[in-house]
Amino acid sequence: MKRFATLYQRLDRSTATLDKRAALVAYFREAPARDAAWALWLLAGNKIGGARARLAGSRELRTWIAEVSGTPDWLVDASYDQVGDLAETLALLLDDPHEAAEEMSLADWIESRLLPVANSSELERRDVVVEAWYTLPFAERFLFNKLLTGALRVGVSRGLVQQALAELSGVDIALIAQRMLGAWTPSPDFLAGLLSPDAQPGDTASPFPFFLASPLEQPADALGDIREWLLEWKWDGIRLQLIRRNGEVALWSRGEERLDGRFPEIEAAAQALPEDAVIDGELLVWTDGDAPQPFTALQTRIQRLKPGAKTLAQTPARLLVYDLLELAGEDMRRLPLAERRAHVAGLVGRLDDRRIALSPEVVAQDWADAAMLRHEARARGVEGLMLKRRSSVYQHGRKRGDWWKWKVDPLTIDAVLIYAQAGHGRRSTLHTDYTFGVWDGEALVPVAKAYSGLSDAEILELDRWIRQHTRERFGPVRSVAAEQVFELAFEAVNLSKRHKSGVAVRFPRILRWRKDKPPHEADQLDTLKALTR
Amino acid sequence: MHADLVQLRPEGLYCPAGDFHIDPWRPVPRAVITHGHSDHARSGMGTYHVTESGLPILLWRLGQQDYHAHPYGEAFTLGAARVSLHPAGHVLGSAQVRIEVDGEVWVAGGDYKRQPDPTCEPFEVVPCDVFITEATFGLPIYRWPDTAEVARDILEWRDECAAGGEAAIVYCYALGKAQRLLAEIGALDDQPVWLHGAMDPGVDIYRAAGAQLAPTRRVADAAKDESFAGRLVIAPPSAAGSPWLRRFRRAQQGFASGWMRIRGNRRRRNYDRGFVISDHADWPDLLRTVQETGARRIIATHGDTDALVRVLRDMGVDAGAFRTEFGGEET
Repeated sequence: MKRFATLYQRLDRSTATLDKRAALVAYFREAPARDAAWALWLLAGNKIGGARARLAGSRELRTWIAEVSGTPDWLVDASYDQVGDLAETLALLLDDPHEAAEEMSLADWIESRLLPVANSSELERRDVVVEAWYTLPFAERFLFNKLLTGALRVGVSRGLVQQALAELSGVDIALIAQRMLGAWTPSPDFLAGLLSPDAQPGDTASPFPFFLASPLEQPADALGDIREWLLEWKWDGIRLQLIRRNGEVALWSRGEERLDGRFPEIEAAAQALPEDAVIDGELLVWTDGDAPQPFTALQTRIQRLKPGAKTLAQTPARLLVYDLLELAGEDMRRLPLAERRAHVAGLVGRLDDRRIALSPEVVAQDWADAAMLRHEARARGVEGLMLKRRSSVYQHGRKRGDWWKWKVDPLTIDAVLIYAQAGHGRRSTLHTDYTFGVWDGEALVPVAKAYSGLSDAEILELDRWIRQHTRERFGPVRSVAAEQVFELAFEAVNLSKRHKSGVAVRFPRILRWRKDKPPHEADQLDTLKALTR
Repeated sequence: MHADLVQLRPEGLYCPAGDFHIDPWRPVPRAVITHGHSDHARSGMGTYHVTESGLPILLWRLGQQDYHAHPYGEAFTLGAARVSLHPAGHVLGSAQVRIEVDGEVWVAGGDYKRQPDPTCEPFEVVPCDVFITEATFGLPIYRWPDTAEVARDILEWRDECAAGGEAAIVYCYALGKAQRLLAEIGALDDQPVWLHGAMDPGVDIYRAAGAQLAPTRRVADAAKDESFAGRLVIAPPSAAGSPWLRRFRRAQQGFASGWMRIRGNRRRRNYDRGFVISDHADWPDLLRTVQETGARRIIATHGDTDALVRVLRDMGVDAGAFRTEFGGEET
């Protein structure tokens, strides 16, 4: 446990990626395989025992710490409000043990203490947790609590862990990333396979890591001759990998979730593909007409494990095909995009089923022409244009240079700050989660939550203002005087029955603090409704 | 039953019987000053009653004024009040103000701490009827580690910095904290500590008062090509992000403060390291002190008074709060 706590501390203290990577490499080199496997599991953002294992709920932990530290419940809550991190609060409320207990490894803590009591009675789980609190010194107690409460949040991305493992093992990072996709168990065997230069049995059965486009930051004409670029619409759906190998079909979302069973119409169509293939595409709900349904329609489908006939008829799914990663067992990713696309065009052409169809090429004479088309994007129900170099190979992760997303300029409104809440992690002592409202007659109705877009100096200034202009407090949330106006940007507005305002905005963020605007000049709800599609 | 001996007025805490204010934030004719931090000692008062050991600090901070310096524990009369000053353990010369009128005793604790501090007189428990306590760190998450342990952490970090060719810059307040750090570090290590110019007057005053501090050198006197790799440098928080830092080609930065107990505070300010060392009482010491004074009534000032007041009330103590304008020095 001590070794992992030390790693955590090094990762937490450093803001430099190189230092973090060095710390990871050193840890994975020195740690026993059982510990290293669990460390990898946790750093990759997984929970102990998976999503369904109940170790300790937030309410339980607060009750237990109140009991063992002799702190009233309300004071535990007040402390938590101040700290903003439950694992840390729990650790701070106790003094260190007088004598350090005998060191127990990370794997032993998890396998012989925590996992055996997962989903058991509260009393059994409490015993294990409280014993740990009484025996572990601060740094380890804090980390132990992090294991209970979920995410480590230590500023380490999956990609950084994979870089460290690649550096340590000499195995190509793309292969490591691929081996870590989907379900795996944190065991020494898995770790050995992950870091092995030899082909592993799973290597052929799993999805490939997605290649992601970067936002276009320079003028498009800086990209050179437009004929070297493939232009496509940027669809607002779910990026998906369709795998058909040996006649078996699997659907993987970019979030590395298997979607099997949720989209039976796509699976059925894939069965009819003339050859085995791995296809990269975008899942959309598309009834009839020229444009897909908004993203909210797709959301209703994702939640249905086994959609009924009515759902399938009302919200039929389609896969728009972008790319071909594997054909008849052969890895196509090193071929240039133009060739991959020719292959996949032939493949889905022969299938001749609109449920799996090519995402059409957008033809533009020059960049000015492309810019005009981009302006039509919103009317077409897409987010903008994708620009892909025709000679590009299929890489993994977000690599700049060959694939760009050129999104349409966002919609904007002026809205009034109505609620604020303290953030988490490094923002835990500041109010950084904001709720904004627009006018519906005399009242402000909440329409968007936003967390990003202000500079550090503005966040500090606004935090001070919020503290001085709080009207009411509801736990960690404060309602504030309706005085501050902000310009918000968002990608789209959809009608929604789940929201009080009747609309849902996509990807809201703060563009500017409009100190020049009085609150009554903020936008009306009707203005927002007029932007829906 | 007569009026409260100390009342909250727009100018600050006021004692009607003695016609004086304690650490007022607006100009008044007669002020009793608990210590030299800028949120407690302000200019513009007619006369200043201070401790003898605190006088040099007041002279540094406020210049020549009409001072009346008193030894600890020696009573003097202001109006109908018998007043004496008692060590608060906060910084050199810091005081609690004991006020006695017709046999009733009130003590205004000012800023205080109970942890050992080699650079100032230790806190003295003064029995009283009413105790006015600070509550800067008024939540149970604030519990201070042993200061010598923290000093060892700082030296260990300095040596890590040495290995990476970096300077180790610790930010802390120029009055009190800096000298306490120098004393704690000097007890463990004899390498010189480098000082930002803002640290000079305070360090000189403490040395003149007999404090045993680590050997120090001034950054301003360093040779142009001086390498600060592996050197410990002490600077005020205002130096963070300033052009002054440019002379340290490579450096890690740490902050020494009770607020560093919370990880989010360190991360938000982007310090590499936070060192938990405070000149205020932590939560267990607030509760202990309130009990040891034997006071039947407690009034909390500056900081998180809500939680402390509620806990004391739940324990059956008559507790309330004054909304003061203190708390500028360590926030």
